This record gives sequence, structure tokens and C-alpha cells, in this order.
Amino acid sequence: MMNKYVERLYNGIIKENPTLVLMLGMCPTLAVTTSGSNGLGMGLSTTAVLVMSNLMISALRKIIPDKVRMPAFIVIVASFVTIVDLLIQGFLPALNDSLGIYIPLIVVNCIILGRAEAYASKNPVGLSIFDGIGMGLGFTAALTILGTIRELIGAGTVFGFQVMPDAYEPFSIFIMAPGAFFVLAILTGIQNKLKLKSATNVEKKEESTLACGGNCSDCIGTACAANRALLQMEKEDAKAVQGEALAKRINAFPENAASKEGSEKK
Amino acid sequence: MSTVKEFILLFVGAAFVNNVVLSQFLGICPFLGVSRKTNTAVGMGTAVIFVVTASSAVASLLHNYVLVPAGLAYMDTIVFIAVIAALVQLVEMILKKFIPSLYKALGVYLPLITTNCCVLGVALINVTKEYDLGRSVINALGTSAGFCVAIVLLAGIRERIEGNEIPHTMKGSPILLVTAGLMAIAFCGFAGLI
Repeated sequence: MMNKYVERLYNGIIKENPTLVLMLGMCPTLAVTTSGSNGLGMGLSTTAVLVMSNLMISALRKIIPDKVRMPAFIVIVASFVTIVDLLIQGFLPALNDSLGIYIPLIVVNCIILGRAEAYASKNPVGLSIFDGIGMGLGFTAALTILGTIRELIGAGTVFGFQVMPDAYEPFSIFIMAPGAFFVLAILTGIQNKLKLKSATNVEKKEESTLACGGNCSDCIGTACAANRALLQMEKEDAKAVQGEALAKRINAFPENAASKEGSEKK
Repeated sequence: MSTVKEFILLFVGAAFVNNVVLSQFLGICPFLGVSRKTNTAVGMGTAVIFVVTASSAVASLLHNYVLVPAGLAYMDTIVFIAVIAALVQLVEMILKKFIPSLYKALGVYLPLITTNCCVLGVALINVTKEYDLGRSVINALGTSAGFCVAIVLLAGIRERIEGNEIPHTMKGSPILLVTAGLMAIAFCGFAGLI
């Protein structure tokens, strides 16, 4: 019985690590990892929101009607984000200053809506909580690692403590915006080289006709999956309308209609 | 005259100096996901300009004339995300009914925008900086124009990269991220502009 819960934690932290394997939630990953402690703070805030929203959505999963589930999830997540935001403003003003606008932006973090849609809305409360903890810790670990690497190279410190010798000239570009892209590029490059499982490592199977490319593993974010279904539906609608118009045009010419009927009789 | 100057500075600052994707990392998902071809990038960029400006105007009005007088400013995040989700639906319906040609061009990108964090991000930035309606709209216009410029540039570079020989290790997203990093360095050059 316990194994199922441990498996959830393992799944979140290692097997399906949201940042390094699924490539979700890239905006906070790149933006707040200027130091190890920022990454840790962001990761833990997201974990808190994720655990609480998973709990709530799982508890309400039989009550929320299927059609309005996305807006309902968003409102639930936004409420918990507001609570966490106010708590951080009240008790951790320093963290609030360094994370700023990225705390309210946890609402649009794809990891949270992704887990709500993919797991919490289909599974019991206990397992959903552990799924939230696992995914949250996986995100926290990835953010802390990224933040520590950037802080070490860019400022010569780790969690604010000087580790590099005084003679070390820090590459300050690593704590600036471009450094975020480079560090992530190197990490995904290593994953590519070792052929590790990662969303960015998947070979493209089919070329889709959807405007966005239609390859969700290529597009970073689970929300795209929902969008994809929507787009597909719209395309089919358009096709159906076109078909009807064609049928009408054929029927407009009596000879054609007659010949069509004739062929149908045969 | 000084207001005009201030607005121009605000616009340029939002579009280039503090570029929304390359220095603030908002809207990375569509930036990396929808930048495969130049024409789709243009479509996405235009749709973002449209939605960001409209939602910032509505959010600013709501914040200044409803939430603050009622003492409910802490409800910003919830109200804004609900407004954005509703607005995207509304824009889609209005375009479909009244301007079908524009709907045809932007329609497919609209559902993708609800989850774009730069829409909520700009609305929140306007509130934290205490911009009034005019400044909010200018800031939103500048920010989304910056997004459009960045995504179209990246799409152009990606089209060139497509035919190049790249070491296997760097194929796919690593080279894409390196490209974005180099663009970010280039945009750092705008820092001295204002």
C-alpha cells in the first residue's frame, strides 16, 4: 500500500522530473534561478501551491462538471497562489523582493494545471497529495541545481557563501538573462548526448498540419495538449462546413444531383 | 509635450530595454514553441499584441476603479486571470462574427494565448508600478511589440539553422536555447538606450 505513495514521490523527483524531463514551467525556471536560494524559495512556494491545489481538485473531482473544469481549476489555483503570496509578503519580505512578480505568476505555471488535468482530477486525494509533493520537490531540486550552478559561475558563491578563491573573476553574464539560456542549453545538451529521456529528446514522428506545429513534445507545456484537442476540433468543424457547402453546390445542379442519385442506386 | 516624450520612453523601454521574453522570461513557452516558421511567428506575435493590450486595459480599469476603491486589491491575481480567460473567449467570438478576415489570420493562436504568462505578467506589472490607464495601455503595447519582434527574429534565425550541420548533441532544443541566449546578449545592448 505504502509503495504506491513512494512510487509517486520517485516519479515526481526522478522519473518524470517536471523541469528536466517534461520541460514544463520554463518561465520561472529561467527567470528566478539567479541564485541557489532564489531557486529554492520559488520551488518551495510552487510545491506548497501544487500540494494544496492537487488536494482540493482531487477532493472536488466528482463535483466539478467536465465542461467547466479548466476555469474551475484556474480559480482554485489562483486562490491558493494568493494565499501563498500574502504569506510570503508577510513573513519572508526578502524572498518577496527577489521573486517579485513571479510569485503571482505561479498561477500560469504549466506544471500546476498540468498535474491537475493529468493526475489530480482522476485520482484519490492521498495519492494526489503525494503526486504534488513529488512533482514539487522535483521542481525544487531542478531549480536549486540550476540556481546553484549560475550563482557559482556568475558570482563565485553558493547560497551566499564565498566558495571560489578571491582570484576568481566571476562570469557575471551567468547571473544575467543570457546565462539562463546557456545553462539550460548545456543541461539539455548533456541529456541529448547521454540519450536520457526528455521531452526535447523525442524524435519527431509526424508532421502535423496544425498551425502551432502540433507537436506537443516540441512545444513546452501540457496546456498545449488541451489546446491541440481544441484546434483539432475546430479543424474538423471547418471541414464539415466545407463538405456541406460542396454538397449544396452539387445539389444546386439538378443533373449532377440526378447522376449522383443514379450512381447511388447502382 | 512632456507626456508624449514620457510615453515614447515607456514604449521603447518596454519593447527593447526590458524585452519581455529575453530579459524578463515571460512567455517562453510560445517563444520556443511557435517560432518554427516566420509566418506563424508573425501570426502569434500579432495575436499577442491584440490580447495583451486589450486585457491590460480591462485589468487596469478594474484595478483602479473597482478593486482598489472596494479595498480588494489582494484579489488582483484571481480577478485578472478570470478576466483574461473570459476576454480571450470574447475576442474570439467578436472576431469570428464581425471581422472574419482577422479571425482567419489570428483565430488559431487565440486559444494558445490564455496560458501565455506574459498576458497576466503585463497586467500585474502595470499594477505594481501603479500605472494609470494610458500608461498601462502604452506599456502593454510596448511589451507585446517587443514579444512580436523577438519571436519573429527567432523564427527567422531558426529557418536558417534548419539547413545547417549541427553536432548531434546540440540538435533540437540546445541549439534553440543557445540562439535565444545570443539574442538575449544582443538585447542587453539596448540597456544604455534610455
